[in-house]
Amino acid sequence: MAQADLSFNSPVAPHGHPDKWKWYHYFTFNVDHKVIGIQYLVTSFLFYLVGGFMAVMLRTELATPDSDFLSPELYNAFLTNHGTIMIFLWIVPAAIGGFGNYLIPLMIGARDMAFPKLNAIAFWLNPPAGALLLGSFYFGGAQAGWTSYPPLSEITANAAQTLWILAIVLVGTSSILGSVNFLVTIWKMRVPSMKWDQIPLFCWAMVATSILALFSTPVLAAGLILLLFDINFGTSFFKPDAGGNVVVYQHLFWFYSHPAVYLMILPIFGIMSEVIPVHARKPIFGYKAIAYSSLTICLVGLFVWVHHMFTSGTPPWMRIFFTISTLIVAVPTGIKIFSWVATLWGGKIRYTTAMLFAVGLLSMFVFGGLSGVTLGTAPFDIHVHDTYYVVGHFHYVLFGGSVFGIYSAVYHWFPKITGRMLNEPLGKIHFVLTFIGTILTFTPMHALGMQGMPRRVAMYDAQFTDLNQLVTVGAYILAVSVIPFYINVLWSWSKGQKAGDNPWNALTLEWTTASPPIIENWDVLPVVTHGPYEYGHEPEEELETVS
Amino acid sequence: MQGTVDSATPTVVHEEHQDLRVLGLLTFLASEFLMFAGFFAVFLVFRSSIAEWPPKETEVELLLPAVNTVILVSSSLVINLGTKAIKQNDLAKMRLWFGITAAMGAVFLVGQVYEYLTLGYGLKTNLFSNCFYLMTGFHGAHVFIGLLLILGVLWRSRRAGHYNDITHTGPEMAEIYWHFVDVVWIVLFTLIYVLTLF
Repeated sequence: MAQADLSFNSPVAPHGHPDKWKWYHYFTFNVDHKVIGIQYLVTSFLFYLVGGFMAVMLRTELATPDSDFLSPELYNAFLTNHGTIMIFLWIVPAAIGGFGNYLIPLMIGARDMAFPKLNAIAFWLNPPAGALLLGSFYFGGAQAGWTSYPPLSEITANAAQTLWILAIVLVGTSSILGSVNFLVTIWKMRVPSMKWDQIPLFCWAMVATSILALFSTPVLAAGLILLLFDINFGTSFFKPDAGGNVVVYQHLFWFYSHPAVYLMILPIFGIMSEVIPVHARKPIFGYKAIAYSSLTICLVGLFVWVHHMFTSGTPPWMRIFFTISTLIVAVPTGIKIFSWVATLWGGKIRYTTAMLFAVGLLSMFVFGGLSGVTLGTAPFDIHVHDTYYVVGHFHYVLFGGSVFGIYSAVYHWFPKITGRMLNEPLGKIHFVLTFIGTILTFTPMHALGMQGMPRRVAMYDAQFTDLNQLVTVGAYILAVSVIPFYINVLWSWSKGQKAGDNPWNALTLEWTTASPPIIENWDVLPVVTHGPYEYGHEPEEELETVS
Repeated sequence: MQGTVDSATPTVVHEEHQDLRVLGLLTFLASEFLMFAGFFAVFLVFRSSIAEWPPKETEVELLLPAVNTVILVSSSLVINLGTKAIKQNDLAKMRLWFGITAAMGAVFLVGQVYEYLTLGYGLKTNLFSNCFYLMTGFHGAHVFIGLLLILGVLWRSRRAGHYNDITHTGPEMAEIYWHFVDVVWIVLFTLIYVLTLF
């Protein structure tokens, strides 16, 4: 395989792949990280619609105090699968699988991930997982909520619950394989001229995300395997009448599922650190502080899980320890928030849709983060545990945080991925609808929870009707808000304005190649001569003429 | 398999990167160990919270597992001789040592199955037997996978030159995995068998 004589214009690349991927290549086992990234993104955006449909059904039921729209079993099944799909088949695959795979090699100057085949395997574990979840509806759908606490998960819809477990084990395996790839790639595959303090912050965030996934996901797998055996093979790990212990499941579950919260937000923090400097035309404030705070969140995040279990008979010393460790997480998170605000401060801000979503995320996440601090405090948590306050809190961080971040990333990198710009006016309509819908949907939930409305119910006391109807209206607005977005994406993908290599004048390496990038990313690997965010240092005609 | 044939030629386009598979495997195994750690933690919680552990009707057998432990631990040394041999380009020796390792692994698995058959209680008997069968069973499955990896290396090594003193990632990875299985077993053996003595 003598390759040195191949000229840059060689029509057929030597690895046996064509010059350009055709549409059907995106439906096959393909090892190109960009194809895999797009596969993840498209799959997850489809499941976003499925999970969103379930949410709309739930909110329609909750528009009235009585149970009059869905049967109780279907309500529980929608409730369980809404949470499961939104976490495991929407946010995680979109943020980690989608943008992680697409961007990391491009950002560090690599031609692909360290283990391309493993990468493709990791993606192809996802569609069967989705099929299992959808198929579980044939058996009535899992009923026990996304947490699937025993004993409820052991005594309801056994077949559907089993399929649910298998689906989660599949996506968990996918996440572990992906994390191995991300870590090794960022560690070993950087273009030689890139030093550790020149790595884009998104990659730092993905390092933290991957470590977290590697150490927490297998513990969930252990818990789910025990649950699987309890349901199907007559063991009694979580059956109190035979000596088992339900709290053990909760520990195993939350040892993963609290870090899972950070899995869903750390990549988003990385996206924020990319989008804000580009559209504020300023160097990022506190590069090292942001990079290390991701690692701090990763480390501390492994030791906070019991704050989900303050009412599970947890002894006082545990409550004290885990309250303190939980509140410590606010410090590295605050470091990031203040760094982004300081980056915006005095910047030449361009109000692109990507930037609007990033700033929207900032405001939403501060609110969701603060309600998280209240929930992490045992004395307060005991009162609002399992109420709508919790639902309001985590939707603020997951929708106001993660989903806003994914939107921001789509508006920011769509030109790179497709070679075409998204339509900005449609994007702004999308942003306004999403922003209003989010506030309207998730803010009243806090009030409902404080007043004592429990979560996961289909029927509620008539005194909660007004606020619930407000929430339902908000949910409908959110449902409508995705319409301009999907139209925008579908239309712009083929008909949008041509983007050029670097429409935002950004400095990270992915903008140094064509849009969309060629297979194997560059003809000649770029040489890093400056940091990723040195705006203001580089000669920039646009800025100079304006000032 | 590594495409480093022309590593001396400065390639402008499509260069191969260094072989990172060992690093990837180590990262994966760090994660895999945490799954066993989850099982260990569950076992220890039950052990500390239940008065009679293991209960009278589910006493564990000690002699056979002890012999099995010796076999598995020494097989880790044997497989190391195998990779040492291939690093000196001695394919025949590597095949010999890997063959012996595979045999020892198979003996371990047979011993495990024999133990299951003679214990007189099953998976469902009580909480201890739940833990016992689940943990040893999962470990056994990992031994089986390790055995397949070793057999895979033996199968591929039938072609002269497939593995040599430069190209031997396959045997190396099989060895690392085998050590992993061994380490897990040592913890498992201590928890399930040795601790019953105290």
